Amino acid sequence: MSWNVEVNGRVCIASGMCSALAPDYFALDGAHSRPVHPEIAPDEVVLDAADSCPASAITVTEAGRVIGPTE
Amino acid sequence: MTLSTRSDPVSYPFKDNLGIELDERYRAVRETPGMIRVQMPFGEPAWLATRYSDARLVLGDRRFSRAMSVDRDAPRLTPNRLTQNILAMDPPEHTRLRTLVAKAFTMHRMEALRPRVREIAEAALAEMVAGGQPADLVEQFALTIPVAVICELLGVPLTDRPKFRAWSDAAMSTARMTLEQFEANQSGLRGYIADLIAARRAQPADDLITALVEARDERDRLSEDELIDILVTLLVAGHETTATQIPNFVYVLLERPARWAELLADPELIPAAVEELLRFVPLGEGPGFPRYATEDIEVGGTLVREGEPVVIAVGAANRDELRFPGADEVRFDRENNQHIGFGHGVHHCLGATLARVELQEALRVLLARVPNLRLAGDLVWKTEMLVRGPRTMPVGW
Repeated sequence: MSWNVEVNGRVCIASGMCSALAPDYFALDGAHSRPVHPEIAPDEVVLDAADSCPASAITVTEAGRVIGPTE
Repeated sequence: MTLSTRSDPVSYPFKDNLGIELDERYRAVRETPGMIRVQMPFGEPAWLATRYSDARLVLGDRRFSRAMSVDRDAPRLTPNRLTQNILAMDPPEHTRLRTLVAKAFTMHRMEALRPRVREIAEAALAEMVAGGQPADLVEQFALTIPVAVICELLGVPLTDRPKFRAWSDAAMSTARMTLEQFEANQSGLRGYIADLIAARRAQPADDLITALVEARDERDRLSEDELIDILVTLLVAGHETTATQIPNFVYVLLERPARWAELLADPELIPAAVEELLRFVPLGEGPGFPRYATEDIEVGGTLVREGEPVVIAVGAANRDELRFPGADEVRFDRENNQHIGFGHGVHHCLGATLARVELQEALRVLLARVPNLRLAGDLVWKTEMLVRGPRTMPVGW
């Protein structure tokens, strides 16, 4: 089962949190962060990034179900 | 690549007691290729990052470590050293603690807090005005707001403020302290927090102390020491910075009456003004948290060797003309104003959104209730503190 990663560019504040925490999955090379690959093999660090994002701009889904940020 | 000299580091911070002016020397340093070597009052020499792109690289790249500073003679302003703190950790240890508290500080939660922040700001101003002119904007307004907010959020009784104020002030001080004074202060603050934790264990409440106690006791996510440490950090960091920026922002605006008038005419500009002022005001007296290279890395044309520290001049980076055209001007129409006033990377300020709400609401209530606000006496600047700003700021209205 793969995960889908999205960054909401309208709320991202480019804090650099995700790209520093999980550089394999997030890139901050423009005005806001973007997922390196929209579809990834499960990796907990992406959930950590979603939980740590100060703007709550990251959403991780598995088969359409939101699994990050965790609550 | 420039081979910067490793001998003769420059004494740093450049100190001229300038209030909140940015030292003129940064301009030349920023415009010279490579980085310079600096010597802070304590610790080993370091490279100094002053350009925006260099600062963002060092703060946001995992090859730079905070944890390495614990075992090193880290560059610093005070003789005493920060150890065993969330600010001295790298992922994944840092992530474990950060994610525990991050949920309490999301944008959504902070927005929900806005009406309460506004209420606190309104009440603080009403009390200041009732006391008559001139009043001290620092003591009678600026401090009141963040202290009340962080106390409510954490679950620290506001009536204990006199108790923790001296400890908190000392934690932000750069004045020479003996090791005994430093340790007495630390244990005072930690003991106070430990008592609050014990009280929540006996009687849980709807606050962050209780939430973190549960994370420790029921899910074993953090140690008792970490629990105390995180709460101490939140309490201290949660108010002194914002309390200092409120008068700083007011000072910058009153020095530029056209900007104050612009906000009076259009309060919708307040969020943009807060971002611009966060960029413009160099809050830190010196860079507090050096980053250590875990491998050889080139930064701005200088090769930083594995094991060498870099200190970051955030205030200077925020005035980099290459990133912010007209960087020394204050204007509210900048697009993509991605300043690093709250840092960058994994240590990006946890309370950034809370600070924004507090700063916006503080300005909003001042503009609405005392539109004719003016300086009414000599302003006294803080000395020997980690943050720069007025110690007292007499105002009339």
